[in-house]
Amino acid sequence: MHMADALLSPAVGGIMWAATGTTIIYCSKKIKHSLDDRKIPLMGVMGAFIFAAQMINFAIPATGSSGHLGGGLLLAILLGPSAAFLTLASVLTVQALFFADGGLLALGCNIFNLGFAPCFIAYPLIYQRITRRRLTAGRLLLGTMAAALVGLQLGSLGVVIQTNISGMLSLSFSSFLLLMQAIHLPIGIIEGLVTAGVVSFLWRTRPEILDRTGADQDLAKLPLRNVLIGLGVAAILTGGLLSWFASENPDGLEWSLLKATDQPELHLPATAGKTRLEKLQEQTALLPDYGFRQENQTGTELAAAKTGTTVAGLVGGAIVLLFGLLLGTILKKVGRHRGQQNR
Amino acid sequence: MASKIDKVFYDIGRLEILAEQNSPIHRLDPRAKLLVTIFFVLAVVSYGKYAIADLLPFFLYPAIIIGLANLPVGYLLKKLLIVSPFVLFIGIFNPFIDREIMVQFGPLAISGGWVSFASLLLRFSLTVGAALLLIAITSFPAVCGALDKMGAPRILTVQLLMLYRYLFVLVEEGIRMIRAHALRSFSRRRPRYRIYLQLLGNLLLRTIDRAQRIHLAMLSRAFSGEIKTVRQFNFGRSELLFLLLATGALITLRTTHLTDLLGRLLLEISQ
Repeated sequence: MHMADALLSPAVGGIMWAATGTTIIYCSKKIKHSLDDRKIPLMGVMGAFIFAAQMINFAIPATGSSGHLGGGLLLAILLGPSAAFLTLASVLTVQALFFADGGLLALGCNIFNLGFAPCFIAYPLIYQRITRRRLTAGRLLLGTMAAALVGLQLGSLGVVIQTNISGMLSLSFSSFLLLMQAIHLPIGIIEGLVTAGVVSFLWRTRPEILDRTGADQDLAKLPLRNVLIGLGVAAILTGGLLSWFASENPDGLEWSLLKATDQPELHLPATAGKTRLEKLQEQTALLPDYGFRQENQTGTELAAAKTGTTVAGLVGGAIVLLFGLLLGTILKKVGRHRGQQNR
Repeated sequence: MASKIDKVFYDIGRLEILAEQNSPIHRLDPRAKLLVTIFFVLAVVSYGKYAIADLLPFFLYPAIIIGLANLPVGYLLKKLLIVSPFVLFIGIFNPFIDREIMVQFGPLAISGGWVSFASLLLRFSLTVGAALLLIAITSFPAVCGALDKMGAPRILTVQLLMLYRYLFVLVEEGIRMIRAHALRSFSRRRPRYRIYLQLLGNLLLRTIDRAQRIHLAMLSRAFSGEIKTVRQFNFGRSELLFLLLATGALITLRTTHLTDLLGRLLLEISQ
C-alpha cells in the first residue's frame, strides 16, 4: 500500500529519501559497470509493462474482488536486483506525479518499501536460494510464493514503522501493525501466484529469456555482506529515531489516560493486547466522572483561552482562503484576457 | 474495464496538454519549480498533528499558481478526490481512538481525533495537489531534465524518459488485449486467473521483443547511453525571483501564525 505525504514527518521522509537515494546511486553505479546498454531500453519498456499489467486485473473466484500485479519481484527475476530497483523507482515516480499516489516526500518511502525488500532481500535470499540449483515448476512456485510473501510483509512493516515514527495517527503501533500485516497476507499470496504464473509461462514458451537473466549473474549476485550492512544501518537509524521520538512524546493517549484516571499502570492487567481496549473503555467510562468532579475555575479559563485562539485561527484562515480564491480568479481572468490579446 | 483505462490515460494526456501552455509560470525553468514544490511539501508536513488554522494559508500557493498558469480547477479537484483512499482509510481511525476533547465551541465539543483527521486531509490535499500542479506547469520530460541537471544518476533519468515514452504504447497494447478478451468472453468483466496469466505472459513477450527492436533502432542511431534533448535550461533572473519570493513566503508562513494574527485583528476591530 502506498505511503502518503500526509502521514509523514519531514525527518522520516528525509531519512527514507536518503536511504532510497543511496540505493539508487548504488544501483546506477552497479549497472554502469557491469552492463552493456542493451538493458537500458529493456528496463524502460519493462517499467511500462508493469504499468500496463497493473491496469489488467483478474477475478478472484468466490470473493467478487480482483487482484493484480505489484511487480517488484517479477522485475527482480527478469532484470536482476539493481536494474529492477531502478525500474520500480521510475514506475513509482510516474505514479506519484500523474496519479498522485502518495506525494513527493512519501516517494522516498514508497520506493524503499516496495523496491528494497523484494529486490535486495526476498529475491537474492529466498528466490535465488530455492531455484538456483535446479529450476523445476515446483521450486519456481515455492520460491516465488515465499519471496512475494516476505517482500510484501517487509514492505508493509516499513509503512507501519515510518507512519508510527511520524506520529500522525492515533492508532497504536500494535493494532496498526496487525491490521497492515493481515491485509498484506492475501495481497502477498496473489502477488506470488501471479508472478509464479507469469514466470512459468515465460519459462515454458521462451526459456532462453530466463536463462539469460540467470546467466547475467554478476548483476544478480549482490554480495550478501553489502545487504547486511545496509540493513544494519537502516535498523540503527530507525531504532535510534524511534527511541528518540518515543522518549520525547510517549503515546499521547496513555499519558492523558494516566493523568485522567490517576491510577498507576500496575492496576491494569498486563496482557498487552487487552490493555488497549480496556483503557479505551475505562477512558470513556471515567472521563465524564472526572469532568464533573475536578473541573474547576482554572480548567474552564484554560478552555476559554484555547477556544479563543482557535476561533481567531479559523476566522483568519477563512479570510486567507477567500483572499486566495479571489486572487486566483483575478489572476486567471487577467491571464485569459492577455492570452486573447496576444492572439 | 477497457473504457475505464482509456479514461485514465486520457487523463494523463490532459495533464500533458496543460503543461504545454504558455504562461509566465510555464516559461520558468523546471528546476526552479521543482525546488519550490519540494520546499512547499516540506513546509506543509513539518506542522504538528493537530495543525489546522496554520495550514490554511498554504492554499494560497495552489491558488496563485492555478491563477497564473490558467489551470482548470475542477479537473484538478476531481483528480484529488479520486486518488489515494489509503489516507482516508487509515486516518478515519483517529476520531475513534483519540477522544479527548480538544476544542470547545459553545456546546459543540470537538475531540482531538477529529482535529487530527481534518489536519490529515488538509495535509493530503496540499501535498498531493502540489505534485499534480508540478506536472501541470512543467511536463514530465522537463521534470526529468531538471532532475538530470540537478545531479540525479543519468541511468535513472534515462529510465524515466524511456518509461514515459513507452507507457502509452504498452498500455494501448494492454487495452487491445482486454478488449479482445471481452469480445470473446460474452463481456465477462474480468478474465479468470488462467487466462489472465496468458494475457500477461503474452504482453510480457511482446514487451521483451519490443525492447530488442528498440535497442537495435537506438544503436543504429548512435545511442551512447543517454538521451539527448534540445531543451534549453536557463536559470535566469525570473527564476531567481520566483524562487526567492516563494521560499520567502513559505518561511514567513512557517514562522508566523498568520491566520491567528489576522483573526485576532478582525475580532478586536469588530468588538
